[in-house]
Amino acid sequence: MRRVADYKVIEQLQRQINTLQGGREGLQENQKVGLGAIENAFPGKVFPKAAVHELISYSSEEATSTSAFISVVLSKLIQQGGYCLWISTIPRRNIFPPALKAFGIDPERILFVDTLRPKQTLWSLEEALKCNALTAVVGELTEINFSESRRLQLAVESSQVTGFIHRFRPKAENAVACVSRWKISPIPSIAANTTGVGFPAWDVKLIKVRNGKPASWQVKYTPKGLEYIEDERIHVPITEERQTG
Amino acid sequence: MNEFMFLLQKNVKPDKMSRRIVVIWFPHLVTDWMLRKQPLLKEHSFALAVSEKGRRVVKAVNTVAHARGAHEDMAVADCRSLVPELQIFDFNIEQPEKLLTALAEWFIRFAPSVSVYLPDCLIMDAGGCTHLWGGEEEYIKKIGDKLDRLGYSNRIAMADTVGTAWAVCKYGTTNTIVKTGTEREALSSLPPAGLRLEGEVLERLLKLGLKTIGSFMYMDRVALRRRFGQGILHRLDQALGAVPEALNPIREIAAYEELLPSFEPIRTAEGIEIGLKELLTTLCLRLQKEGKGLRKCQLKCYRIDGAVEKIEIGTNKPSRNTLHLFKLFELKIPTIEPELGIELFALEATVVEELPNTQDALWTVSSGNESVIAELLDRLAGKNGAQHIYRYLPDEHYWPERSFKMASSLSEKPAYSWRTDLPRPLHILPAPQAIEVSVPMPDYPPLLFIFRGAVHRIKKADGPERIEQEWWMQEGLYRDYYCLEDESGARYWVFRAGDYNSGDPKWFIHGFFA
Repeated sequence: MRRVADYKVIEQLQRQINTLQGGREGLQENQKVGLGAIENAFPGKVFPKAAVHELISYSSEEATSTSAFISVVLSKLIQQGGYCLWISTIPRRNIFPPALKAFGIDPERILFVDTLRPKQTLWSLEEALKCNALTAVVGELTEINFSESRRLQLAVESSQVTGFIHRFRPKAENAVACVSRWKISPIPSIAANTTGVGFPAWDVKLIKVRNGKPASWQVKYTPKGLEYIEDERIHVPITEERQTG
Repeated sequence: MNEFMFLLQKNVKPDKMSRRIVVIWFPHLVTDWMLRKQPLLKEHSFALAVSEKGRRVVKAVNTVAHARGAHEDMAVADCRSLVPELQIFDFNIEQPEKLLTALAEWFIRFAPSVSVYLPDCLIMDAGGCTHLWGGEEEYIKKIGDKLDRLGYSNRIAMADTVGTAWAVCKYGTTNTIVKTGTEREALSSLPPAGLRLEGEVLERLLKLGLKTIGSFMYMDRVALRRRFGQGILHRLDQALGAVPEALNPIREIAAYEELLPSFEPIRTAEGIEIGLKELLTTLCLRLQKEGKGLRKCQLKCYRIDGAVEKIEIGTNKPSRNTLHLFKLFELKIPTIEPELGIELFALEATVVEELPNTQDALWTVSSGNESVIAELLDRLAGKNGAQHIYRYLPDEHYWPERSFKMASSLSEKPAYSWRTDLPRPLHILPAPQAIEVSVPMPDYPPLLFIFRGAVHRIKKADGPERIEQEWWMQEGLYRDYYCLEDESGARYWVFRAGDYNSGDPKWFIHGFFA
């Protein structure tokens, strides 16, 4: 049996460690992004804003769900206005701008940048992440190595911009300096009493998180926002290998 | 670091911005050019000839042949009798103009306004330029030295008017500078041909024993007109500055251009950067005064060997932020090839827009975000190309491909609101891709479809949503869109083009729902 004082000491130490590792000091409850239970997995129970998040997908369907999940988080971040940059390498980008509105984002708030080569994507990402006038930056690429991701992480630590790296079919899930690694895949929607397609539903897996607890959730996105599906969870296997064919 | 000595020149103030005309005469323009191409001809006498009225007429002779008496407009046969070993080449009638134009381009480093004066002269307006070279004598000496080094024989004269400068240049014996107000003295000893008169008038003057301009310059104007026509008075007035003479410069002086010559050719990126910063500072200061900002800007580096290196930048918002513009240029400086060195920098704002003056402090704090983002986009555009940056606004079209349009600027607001009442996929394929389907009945959603070799069995479906062709823009079949969800929960947007009444309609997949 630990005493209350012990918990306090441990909490204080944990906060110090977070600060040393680049996290912002004194993450308060009121700095929550508004994602609900997902935020509990992060240190201080707050979704880290000044950080780079990595999301991995292996199929077009997964990629779409991943984009949707990013959009949901973006819509929370962008609420106070501001712009977001969406950088992709030609010919990968396939976002249909009008559909973003359904996820609570004004599509005109997003600036799409297409680059010709993955190297340019990385360069543009770093430049964008250094720019503190932006709210968030999304980068769609395939490969990123540790030192490249470290540069991005250092850039956001000073600019406080939120970064998302969406990796589509990477060769390997190599170690990167991002604060978290996500996998989002679609699950059958639940439509009440009809045969039609219901609200979009996803399986959200937080595979890695720095100083937090990896977890997974199943959510659906309704006009009211993100809702957690508590009952009748569907088993979704983790896709790891690069799918061929 | 004598490379950066050009920075010191800025402290010398120009005395007066009056018109000072410099005429440069190339007596052996085409032959000198040939010698540059074929140095082996140097010791030989040669001439260039054209066929004219059934005989060969010499149009250009080199200095060696000229010294022995051959000159222009002589028949080839006559020249041969004077210089038996004379070599004859074909003369290209367009060559002088081509050469002069190229030289005029090159001379822009000496004065902003240079015009070609056929057949063998260049005329520049050097008003306000000479102080940069340390005075008028130094100026024409420098030009003369440069031309000598290039191998062009030349004579240079400077005066207030084109007429006087041309006469002194053509009929004087050395390089001459005619001081303001001394045109009459300068002209008086020259032959009447110096006034660019017609052949007939010249003959009549000669017949009357008027062998110098001075001999008739002070005559009664009425008498002169009666005997020789209005032309002679006009030319005299032009030479004396009573009547203005227009020039036709090869290049208009750009409205927003700054020049920076350098004493020593610059070869290093560091040197280019210093020069560029200087130019940007002066240009931005001027834009600031006039309440303008630039959208496009070009840096031209005139190389010592005559080539011009150019780099260009564009901005998303009018800007006069020296630091920002420099950063944009900085990305492109590595593409400049200085080779032997750059002797003149010219920075021109090719597109300039209104940019109201705002307090700098407010600029960075309140509306700062958009400016900072615009500057970021400029950098990205510099690296990736401006055509690869998009911002979308809604457009009033049902056809999915046309339901949004490109915004032209960062501040453009949407004219309509985005529609959310109809399901639209988050990911769309660049073009619809054909799929194979199995449909139980016409107008029913498919039971399964095959896309990229994988079979998708449909569990749930919505639709159809019919989207008609916008016939005023494009003809074709309408589309019936269905939202489909397969066993694994993946959601698709597929459509059937046309209906089953008119044969076997094709099915396509167009996007993925989240």
